[in-house]
Amino acid sequence: MTASAIAADAPRRRARSSLSRNRRWALIASYVFLVLFAIFFLTPPYYMIVTSLKSDAEVAHMATNPWIIADGITLDQFRLLFTQTDFLIYFKNTAIVTVCVVAITMVVSVLAAFSLGRMKFWGSGILAAGIFLTYLVPDTLLFIPLFQIVRSLGLLNSYWGMVLVYPTLTVPFCTWIMIGYFQSIPKELDEAALIDGAGHMQMLLKIFIPVALPGIIAATIFAFTVSWAAFVYPMAFLYSSDQQVLTVGTVTSLIRADVYKWGMLMAGALTAAAPPLVIYAFLMDYYIAGLTAGATKG
Amino acid sequence: MADVALRSVVKRFDDVEAVRAIDLDIPNNEFVVLVGPSGCGKSTTLRMIAGLEEVTSGDIYIDGEVVNDLPPKDRDIAMVFQNYALYPHMTAFENMSFGLRLRKFSKAEIRQRVENAARILDITDLLDRRPKALSGGQRQRVAMGRAIVRNPKVFLFDEPLSNLDAKLRVQMRTEIKRVHQKVKTTTVYVTHDQVEAMTLADRVVVMNNGRIEQVGSPQELYHHPKTRFVAGFIGSPAMNFMPCRLEHNGVGMRVRVSEAIALPVPASHAPRYRTAVGRELVLGLRPEHLTEPRRGEPEEGCAFPVTLDVVEPLGMETMVFFTVNGTEYCARVDPAAARGPGESMRLAANIDHMHLIDPATDAVL
Repeated sequence: MTASAIAADAPRRRARSSLSRNRRWALIASYVFLVLFAIFFLTPPYYMIVTSLKSDAEVAHMATNPWIIADGITLDQFRLLFTQTDFLIYFKNTAIVTVCVVAITMVVSVLAAFSLGRMKFWGSGILAAGIFLTYLVPDTLLFIPLFQIVRSLGLLNSYWGMVLVYPTLTVPFCTWIMIGYFQSIPKELDEAALIDGAGHMQMLLKIFIPVALPGIIAATIFAFTVSWAAFVYPMAFLYSSDQQVLTVGTVTSLIRADVYKWGMLMAGALTAAAPPLVIYAFLMDYYIAGLTAGATKG
Repeated sequence: MADVALRSVVKRFDDVEAVRAIDLDIPNNEFVVLVGPSGCGKSTTLRMIAGLEEVTSGDIYIDGEVVNDLPPKDRDIAMVFQNYALYPHMTAFENMSFGLRLRKFSKAEIRQRVENAARILDITDLLDRRPKALSGGQRQRVAMGRAIVRNPKVFLFDEPLSNLDAKLRVQMRTEIKRVHQKVKTTTVYVTHDQVEAMTLADRVVVMNNGRIEQVGSPQELYHHPKTRFVAGFIGSPAMNFMPCRLEHNGVGMRVRVSEAIALPVPASHAPRYRTAVGRELVLGLRPEHLTEPRRGEPEEGCAFPVTLDVVEPLGMETMVFFTVNGTEYCARVDPAAARGPGESMRLAANIDHMHLIDPATDAVL
């Protein structure tokens, strides 16, 4: 290589190295912030785990460091929670309610979204907007009128009442997500299916549901989360232990006036958080795909 | 296999009339291409035949039966869409067999039909792939396969090649023609590309503004267009339209294009034009009929000098552009005879191929 060729090459090399230096700084900055975020969000769960593995005596002792377990790990809190309280009943009730609510929500909102999103009929646009508006009404406003309805149906203090009222929270949002999804499917796909000989139901089951699966999973996770974590409605409509659900049950049975059973509360919260955690872990990729698609298409 | 007929078919969207009372007969096994600019109603016509659009008035017959109120699935038709419309979650095999499965064909029959179609289209080794893993041309083959396996009475193609790149489009065009020769079925094909129309069709239907301008074989449309629209739409580059006046010239006639250019009308055309003498008309002359004077061909006043504005060499031929009375025209000359831009050159009109158009009605005289 001649001297002039080397000289000509030099600025290019410098440009490249400054580019990689920029990239390195961007990476370092990303890692710093990611670590900070991770610490911020993982601190509460860590505190919960640590507290749930301590004995009552250690929790109550003011002089110990709350961030570490000094007196040895014990599973007493979990044992007491499962044997001495109605926690397992709450868990079972919540599971029943959630499974029913998710099933009802998905059937109703998939059918509603399919008809509102794909079949243009008189008033379909207004109906679709109306459905979303109902989602904007908070449950703290609705629980008083709903109380009358639930009581008149004889479902007060029954978890079946929850199966009835939770869909008022889940159906509108899930329908909205699904409308966006179904609308993003090209129109030629239903026309091809029509010509291939599919009826509307076959089109929905064989084409739309499989193609919109990420959206359906996102909607399912949403419905699951809402009904697993609902607090206001069970607080208002359920009062006996055998009908109670996790969110309200854990709090009411483990906090007696100003006596907080911190160990069991933390153990209960951890156990209650486990099912959503497992479901998220399995469906996370679909969930993210679903949320972003909903964001641009909805 | 069936014939298709349209009788006074009208389609109105709110207050826009997309298709205006068209009549069309497509005999059994014929390959008909509907061609026209966008918005001319060709796709709407196709979609009405498919049953994807309702007919506002008039009747559509397939195999002698009125199908206006039949849903698409009962019309025994198959359609290939511009964007393929393959089911993304199914393999090529499943895509092709979907219609057969809905119609409850036996597994063996389905397999046999799909494999047969795959052989015709040369996609046998792609059958277990999803559309995502296929190229544009392969997807369009699968979409055609989906139509072929059904063995329908009528094939409908809605601009099937528009999404492909130029080279692949030419290749698939030949492919479609080959498939039609193998699988003899009545075919209605919609395109805005007149080259596609000319190469594929037994008969071309030129549409404009919701009406049929002309129906005819490609040669017929090229040599005997009935309207100015057809004359300008068919052929590439488009026909030159030169304002002119038809004059008596002793025993014969001539068309005067400018002070300097007056072309004699051949005796064979004269009787047709007799009534139009003295009127302002439009002379239609294709670029290929406007060339350098050729040795041995009598000029007889058909040659005239022009100054070239733009010269486009294409290899086999050269397109030259020149201006007469402020309008630009195109001629197709031999590369050896072509001059550079700004230079002057003699051109000769092959006046046997002239058309005279009445500017009031746009009809070709």
